[in-house]
Amino acid sequence: MDSALFPKGVKRCPTWQFALWIGAAGIVLLWGVYAMLLCWLKGLNQTNMNDYYGFALWIWADLAVIALGGGAFFTGFLRYLVGKDELKNIINFAVIIGFICYSSALLILAIDVGQPLRSWFIFWHANVHSMLTEVAFCLSCYFAVLTIEFLPLILENRQIDKVPFFHNLSHNMHEIMAVFAATGAFLSFFHQGSLGGVAGVLFGRPFAFREGLFIWPWTFFLFTWSAAAFGPCFTIFLLKITEKITKKKLVRDSTVWLLAKISGWMILTYIIAKTADTIYWLSVTAPATGYTAGFFYDNWFYNIGWLIAEIVVGGFIPALILISKKGRQNPTTLFVAVLLGVLGVSINRWVMVLQVMAIPVMPFDTWALYYPSWQEVATTVLPVAYGIILVSLSYRYLPVFPNEVELNAPPEPAPAPEVEPDVPAEAAPAQA
Amino acid sequence: MFPFGFEWIWDMSHLVFMGGLWYALTIIGIGMAYCIIKAAVDTSQGKGAHHH
Repeated sequence: MDSALFPKGVKRCPTWQFALWIGAAGIVLLWGVYAMLLCWLKGLNQTNMNDYYGFALWIWADLAVIALGGGAFFTGFLRYLVGKDELKNIINFAVIIGFICYSSALLILAIDVGQPLRSWFIFWHANVHSMLTEVAFCLSCYFAVLTIEFLPLILENRQIDKVPFFHNLSHNMHEIMAVFAATGAFLSFFHQGSLGGVAGVLFGRPFAFREGLFIWPWTFFLFTWSAAAFGPCFTIFLLKITEKITKKKLVRDSTVWLLAKISGWMILTYIIAKTADTIYWLSVTAPATGYTAGFFYDNWFYNIGWLIAEIVVGGFIPALILISKKGRQNPTTLFVAVLLGVLGVSINRWVMVLQVMAIPVMPFDTWALYYPSWQEVATTVLPVAYGIILVSLSYRYLPVFPNEVELNAPPEPAPAPEVEPDVPAEAAPAQA
Repeated sequence: MFPFGFEWIWDMSHLVFMGGLWYALTIIGIGMAYCIIKAAVDTSQGKGAHHH
């Protein structure tokens, strides 16, 4: 029915099957939208946030999707600025994932601010001493950049591309994409960093507070570094899931291996820096404020397991797998590595948002644990459903994977064996 | 916020923060304007009409 919209030469599932798939994700999406409307109409009393938890599940989700969406800016940086041309085969997918992550982050923020109609205040009445202002500026601008990077792909839809103006627009946008990619990398560096900076400057929260360079705490650099390192893991992780669901090979192994290798080295260098930062913080920074290392992990829920999970399981292990040729070229270990990487950076963002809030800072305080309300969970799951729908629509109707046709072409039939003449060639004239 | 707004102060913080925002928005705006205008000119010259 909709086959005229498919990219040239590809096969897609029947419309009814696609509609069922979208419908299933749509139900989850509607659940999230219902919870979102409750938050907007009834207010933030729908959440379990309180005086201890001004930042909660939403801010963790925000920070996590922004880190995971870092694959878009870093892949763009490698492709357009460093010149890793091989990555052109995966850049479209990375941009879509980035677009989904950043639009989700903005959506979650729109719920979290409670009064979305006043969101423009941060631009017009900007507090120029706040790292969050920088985050808001860079996030909005980078989302505009991601939209610009996504637009040519939409314009390349088989039917839209027939309109000469759209064809030319798409062509022109491709021509100067390096300018947009450079702008995106610049914006990402600062907002990823400032998200870490927000935690690092909290001198009243000894779990988060760090020293640093000039006005930037070490967390500023670690957040940018980790987003660039783990973002490509998320791109590869989703690519592998997409390949599993569609039962197709969508990107060449060499491209995936290259991205995995770069990601592996980025993770390794990051996790060494993170380990050094943790040791210095636990042995110098925290004791100087009167805290011992054991104090931060002295809880049944927030125990030392979080630190091990973040640094060893979600850091060193994926790094070592990805930098080894054998590790990244084996489909199972590659998948395990990118999955652990995704979990590792998500745990990092979790502890830097929620464990920070849980730890007692006053003599009369105790550990404050927090359980999100169902409305918070539903609005956090909403972006997942939205992401599934957008990836599905993009895969079905847009030429996301340039090598798809070639990688899934039926094997060429073996050349027919030449028929051996029954009689020797030299005898043939005599027969005739 | 613009320099003519009542909240504006001529200090480094305002210049860096707001300057950075306008800088990014200017690049995005000029880049897109260039693409759209060039696409309109190309289309009027008949480019891209017979690419199928």
